[in-house]
Amino acid sequence: MWYRSASFILDKQQQQQNDTVTNPESRPPSSASTAMAAENPNANISMYYQTRAAHHAVVTNDWLAQAQAAVGGNPDDSVSDNYVSGGDEENRRYSVVDEFNNWRKQPELAEAVAAIRALASVIRSSQATTMMELEIELKKASDALKSWDTTSISLTAGCDLFMRYVTRTSALEYEDFNSAKSRLLERAEKFGEISYKARRIIAMLSQDFIFDGCTILVHGFSRVVLEVLRTAAQNRKLFRVFCTEGRPDRTGLRLSNELAKLDVPVKLLIDSAVAYSMDEVDMVFVGADGVVESGGIINMMGTYQTALVAKSMNKPVYVAAESYKFARLYPLDQKDMVPALRPIDFGVPIPSKVEVETSARDYTPPQYLTLLFTDLGVLTPSVIELHNPCCCAI
Amino acid sequence: MDPRRVSRTVSDPKVRHVGFFAPPAPPERSQSGPPDPTSSSPPVSGISPPGNSLSPVMIPPPRQPSTDLVRHYPHAPLLSPLGDPRAAESSVAVGSYNPSDFLSPSATTDCSDDPLSPRLSRMGSSGKFAMSLPSDEFDMPVAKQKDDVTLPPNVSDGGANMEVQKEKRAAGGKPLKEKTTKAERRAIQEAQRAAKAAAKGEYLMLIFHLEIFSSLQKDIVFLWQYDPVYLSLVLELIECSRPCHGLHSIPLQPYFHCLKSVFLTGNTTNSETVQLANCFLDVLIDVYLILCEHQDCEGSKASAAAATRVNPTNTGKPGKADAQKKDNSTVTASEKKGGDRQPDKDRKKDTPHPRMQFDDENRVEKAKKRSVVKQTEARNRVELFRHLPQYEHGTRLPELESKFFKLDSVHPAVYKVGLQFLAGEISGGNARCIAMLQAFQESIKDYSTPPEKALFRDLTTKINSYVSFLIECRPLSISMGNAIRFLKTRIAKLPLNLSESEAKANLISDIERFINEKIIIADKVIVKHAVTKIRDGDVLLTYASSSAVEMILVQAHELGKQFRVVIVDSRPKLEGQRLLRRLVGKGICCTYTHINAVSYVMHEATKVFLGASSVLSNGTVYSRVGTACVSMVAHQFRVPVLICCEAYKFHERVQLDSICFNELGDPDAVSRDYTRKEINSLDGWANSENLQRLNLIYDATPSDYVSMIITDYGMVPPTSVPVIVREYRRDQLWL
Repeated sequence: MWYRSASFILDKQQQQQNDTVTNPESRPPSSASTAMAAENPNANISMYYQTRAAHHAVVTNDWLAQAQAAVGGNPDDSVSDNYVSGGDEENRRYSVVDEFNNWRKQPELAEAVAAIRALASVIRSSQATTMMELEIELKKASDALKSWDTTSISLTAGCDLFMRYVTRTSALEYEDFNSAKSRLLERAEKFGEISYKARRIIAMLSQDFIFDGCTILVHGFSRVVLEVLRTAAQNRKLFRVFCTEGRPDRTGLRLSNELAKLDVPVKLLIDSAVAYSMDEVDMVFVGADGVVESGGIINMMGTYQTALVAKSMNKPVYVAAESYKFARLYPLDQKDMVPALRPIDFGVPIPSKVEVETSARDYTPPQYLTLLFTDLGVLTPSVIELHNPCCCAI
Repeated sequence: MDPRRVSRTVSDPKVRHVGFFAPPAPPERSQSGPPDPTSSSPPVSGISPPGNSLSPVMIPPPRQPSTDLVRHYPHAPLLSPLGDPRAAESSVAVGSYNPSDFLSPSATTDCSDDPLSPRLSRMGSSGKFAMSLPSDEFDMPVAKQKDDVTLPPNVSDGGANMEVQKEKRAAGGKPLKEKTTKAERRAIQEAQRAAKAAAKGEYLMLIFHLEIFSSLQKDIVFLWQYDPVYLSLVLELIECSRPCHGLHSIPLQPYFHCLKSVFLTGNTTNSETVQLANCFLDVLIDVYLILCEHQDCEGSKASAAAATRVNPTNTGKPGKADAQKKDNSTVTASEKKGGDRQPDKDRKKDTPHPRMQFDDENRVEKAKKRSVVKQTEARNRVELFRHLPQYEHGTRLPELESKFFKLDSVHPAVYKVGLQFLAGEISGGNARCIAMLQAFQESIKDYSTPPEKALFRDLTTKINSYVSFLIECRPLSISMGNAIRFLKTRIAKLPLNLSESEAKANLISDIERFINEKIIIADKVIVKHAVTKIRDGDVLLTYASSSAVEMILVQAHELGKQFRVVIVDSRPKLEGQRLLRRLVGKGICCTYTHINAVSYVMHEATKVFLGASSVLSNGTVYSRVGTACVSMVAHQFRVPVLICCEAYKFHERVQLDSICFNELGDPDAVSRDYTRKEINSLDGWANSENLQRLNLIYDATPSDYVSMIITDYGMVPPTSVPVIVREYRRDQLWL
């Protein structure tokens, strides 16, 4: 864009300068990122979106093969290689990530719930004798989890939520260690329930917005949105649903399957047909991977363009998201996030000279959203900031 | 340009739950539809009561004494034939109210088509005894009836109380009934308390009463169920506190008389009265808002003062004449401002109202009398900005310098800072604020309480006089206002049992802490947040010179980020040049251009970093003039605009344009270019009648053009500013 400007010449000069200066030492920032990558063998591939794909997608065999190739070697080897500090600690941290991956494999479990279960397992196996020790251990474990998959907002949010509970609950300070520990465990166990309840609340709140005879466009697969639609179907509402295909992992197909089972009239669209069919649509429903401080959402690739089309046609865009997905992030634009990449199957081999955009998510700014359905209530995007737990804790 | 928050299309007409709700939601809600407590219970009685149809739907008429209100006025002299109406008025006529308006013959002739006149004639027959009532009974209900408030006055007892009962009966079938009786009971209690409050002249009480009114807002009918004595008490209270709380602008006079007539006749059913009541409520709410605003800055202090105050004059003589009563109340009120007892001395030391309107000639005259700095007004003042101070520049500094050893009322440290402000040696929000606070620290260090005075009152007066001196040198920035407010709160909150040296040490350390926590550390936090937004290859555009932005750029450079900076600058201050100098000195690659070229350089920018003088609670950014232009262009080019501003600069005010509140600089600076002598086409034209030169210092950037505000509380959208303001104020109170 700035090629038009004369001062672009400065950029060029600077680039040349930098090349000559920094080449020998191979650029410090990237070396830092390789250190990170060593911790997580496939840092350039988002584990979060991989899991999503595995749970909700309809995948082809060659895609699986390609994904396998992309993932490369056995992650566990490299992970254990990297922990060299103290045998005991190494085992525990290793087990957190492992534990988390075990929980994550269950399709009905939300990512944040899996994270909290994993942390609970840390508490269970902990040999700490004081609350402080336990806290430090948990902190380490949650940091390990977070750095293991930086692309998953739910994971970060889940860890933060639990850590906040540990550090802020004053009741814990007045109890003896064992009862405090069991209280924490109880809380962790209950969190799955809380998450489910949140989904139920959202489904209930959204019923007022689904009216008979409406057409709903849904992008991608989201447990909350499915719950919303399921509740609406159970309430004998008459509506039909347009599902986008949700390339590349085709999560939309999964959703259309589920809806067909509920006898909801459903129509499948390819992702590029959103604008074509928008005039028939009454409202757009999407889930969210994360709700950011500006009130915008981070969600599966394609949400932004769906919202843009809906906005230009004056259709409301509703977001269904549990409040634990509120993240302390503030992206300014699409590229202002940790890149979450993922292999894409095009069906045919791609020539090596062709670059492929492999980002798995995009950011939808708040001005394109109408309302957010959360378990705190139905909110406009502008009040999200008030509910950010970190902000309230100032 | 599209607004940040667009209007939503909602196609379903049903009532929905938008907003917060308590998590345990009733599960049956999904089946039964939205529960709506008001609509679900239909009115029990078949006949719709008149009050029901009136209350929620009435649209209040404009607040100004519109013609139909003015027409009410002529009844007043008829109602009180024994008293001289002019005498009664002259004691209370203040501000914009002009009694002759209401007594003009045209208004009296209007009486014939006035819907109120039938009531008047009716009153002639049925309410004769009302006319025989001495007029001062209603002119000074507080003074007279203070001791027997519980006894309703003979006249209004017959009329209005009957009316109350009638209304009650009418309201009987309404679902609102419960609220009515509660409000009524409360009103009676309040009436008693109001009497006590009136005796003290305590305006905090008044605020409390007005709060009740504003909570009733739309249900005007309730107003008439209040005891009339109570209402007149409240009016009296307002009247008493008017001179000292900036309520001059509110025309109360018509209401006084209309209410009186209504009380006397007891006629409250026709729509005319309802309209009147609406106006009256609106006025009350206005008064309430103004008082609340006033209380914000002074309330805590006032309550502290009230707790310790002994007021012999007021408690001694209950039956004072109106004029004296008023006088007393001004004394007490000015005491709240932190003065000593004598009213004359006090008024001199009062700080002028922060938003003094300079087109109000009376007040300007008064302000001139007490000012230290001789200011000559500019000859050709810009018409649109007459409400802002426009003085001749360049004359004040030499005069003040010569007075340096003569002025004993101002501490030398403050004097020095004032001169530096005037000369422009210290500029920039943070620098000015820190300089001012440090000068105050010096002055507190040298302060000793005069005999027979309390430290916390006398010191506040001192600070006030310093502040008014500083204002004369250069209008305060909003951040400085906040800092002063902080300091005054601290003074008011000093424990009474502290010795003088302890109190002084306390205050000095408080100021130190404010400078450290709110400015210096806040800047560090802002830098920490903002640096995360700078990526390699960025081209950052900044306008003029902001200390926070400079720190961010330097820090990012030290972290080894590769970026370029475009500094946009503008005449006449050319502050960007100094920034440019420092950044280039640090080895940052910079481009320098003037604001004329901003649309050209915006192509290459990837982010815009701007400082701010203040952020207002609707997200408007109040900053160096030109900022709005830069951010608008950036918005048009889809470049994110990041505002860096410490939270102590936030203000709860709302501003929509750059006109109502601004600062005007030296007009010579825009019309003359000292660097280029050959451009002299305007030489000697400064005094031309047709030439008005405007040098605005600040402008307001609408929140639509701001992507993010970086504060010490993190990165927030402009819609969240009210949250920060709220949190910050609480924080400040605790500090």
